[in-house]
Amino acid sequence: MDVLFLRNIKKEFMTREDLIISLQKIVKPYVQDQNAFNNLSEETDFINDLKINSANLVDVILDVEDEFDIEIDNDSMEKMLSVKAALDIIETKLTAS
Amino acid sequence: MKHRVVITGMGVVAPNAVGIDNFLAAIQEGRSGITFHQKLQELKFSCCIGGIPSVSEEMKNKYLTPLQLRGFDSAGILYGCIAGIDAWKDAGFDIDKSLPVDYDSGLVFGAGTSGVEKFREAVYKLDDQKVKRLGSTVVVQTMASGISAYLGGILGVGNQVTTNSSACTTGTEALLMGFERVQAGKAKRMLVGSCSDNGAYIWGGFDAMRVMTYKHNENPEKGSRPMSADASGFVPGSGAGAMVLETLESALERNTTIYAEVLGGNINSGGQRNGGTMTAPNSEAVQKCIVDAIKNANIVASEIDAINGHLTATIKDPLEIENWTKALGRTGQNFPMINSLKSMVGHCLAAAGAIENVATILQLKHQFIFPNINCEEVHPDILKLIPKEKIPTKYTPKKLQIIAKASFGFGDVNGCVIFKKY
Repeated sequence: MDVLFLRNIKKEFMTREDLIISLQKIVKPYVQDQNAFNNLSEETDFINDLKINSANLVDVILDVEDEFDIEIDNDSMEKMLSVKAALDIIETKLTAS
Repeated sequence: MKHRVVITGMGVVAPNAVGIDNFLAAIQEGRSGITFHQKLQELKFSCCIGGIPSVSEEMKNKYLTPLQLRGFDSAGILYGCIAGIDAWKDAGFDIDKSLPVDYDSGLVFGAGTSGVEKFREAVYKLDDQKVKRLGSTVVVQTMASGISAYLGGILGVGNQVTTNSSACTTGTEALLMGFERVQAGKAKRMLVGSCSDNGAYIWGGFDAMRVMTYKHNENPEKGSRPMSADASGFVPGSGAGAMVLETLESALERNTTIYAEVLGGNINSGGQRNGGTMTAPNSEAVQKCIVDAIKNANIVASEIDAINGHLTATIKDPLEIENWTKALGRTGQNFPMINSLKSMVGHCLAAAGAIENVATILQLKHQFIFPNINCEEVHPDILKLIPKEKIPTKYTPKKLQIIAKASFGFGDVNGCVIFKKY
């Protein structure tokens, strides 16, 4: 319990830059456009820029859930189409948990 | 010499009706077979609605023997047997164990997977170190070709007996495989069709992929919305459809009812290139499939009076319409009427092609277009290509000579068949 508690605190205080680095690790295996991946920013779109197969988006989300120990509901999931949207949702969920 | 191939018998087990007469009435009135399923909600599915055919115990006992029903737990095989037996009898054949094997008749009956409930039961027993307790019923109910093995024995057919599998193209592919065999003179007749199991264990993977709608748990009949502006994913369905394909000579010789003629068709794959993936279509291949089907049927695109689409109610519906307009070279007022049975029965997965082919043939036989229910407001991207009146929302009597039907599936596979009124 204590360990989980600490882990949540740690994630909650992650900076935006830390979150991007974590997210970058998560999406790496699904990326089809290496150039866009190398230039990844908040504005990067998962499907249009990184060319992630839309069917794989659910796997990205599962990986995000595992990494941050959060649960992403259907409505949030529909919005998670870019790095920025993903970061916003992860931050909101981390603060709420 | 190529034989002409006609359809002389049909059977169907659909979420909105079982049996050809009931099904004809159901599709004419636009009856939905989509209901809420408590079990899915208990298992925390996002989409808790689906299409499950209504088959009573009494009905089961009419089609399968007490011995066949011992330890039986495979919905797809049950539906396939009912549809297959009905089609065979509808074509005028008896089911009689004392008759000699009919080497002129065979069957191609597709499935996506077989007996998932039975398989689950077996896995639990195996993990519990009770392999002996599986008995003799697990293999035949869980092998992919379970349905063709059951039907082959029931009908006593001695030509090719096989199961094909190509995801949601399965039913249309089965029809074309049987068609080619009869056309080539390798069989006088082939029973063709496909079936699908239902429930949590078959639909779960789709729910996880978020391709099923989760917005209509409160109003299931409104859930399946192909081509509509607010389509939000497909509704899962299940069941079976079956058709007897026969050489025209044999049908005339037997003086039997002819539902329609199969003029031709085509099967291809997009190779998961040019935009095609495991789950998305390569549009170039979709268009080529339709164009090649038209060539194979020896008609021209302008002769097509109506289209029965694949149209599942996902974001890909506008792309399918665009592919039809390009393949046919017809847009706007010049586009034929189009409909999707999925608005009433959901996406019956491996069974979809077969059930939808049965519906398409009924339209030709009875000269009508069934309504697209739940398409009050057409998707704006579709309206850029064809006008609203090409997507009828009411039962429409219509003179029809030729209907094109297509099915598409995971793995980037396509099938298109051309039927003609006989």
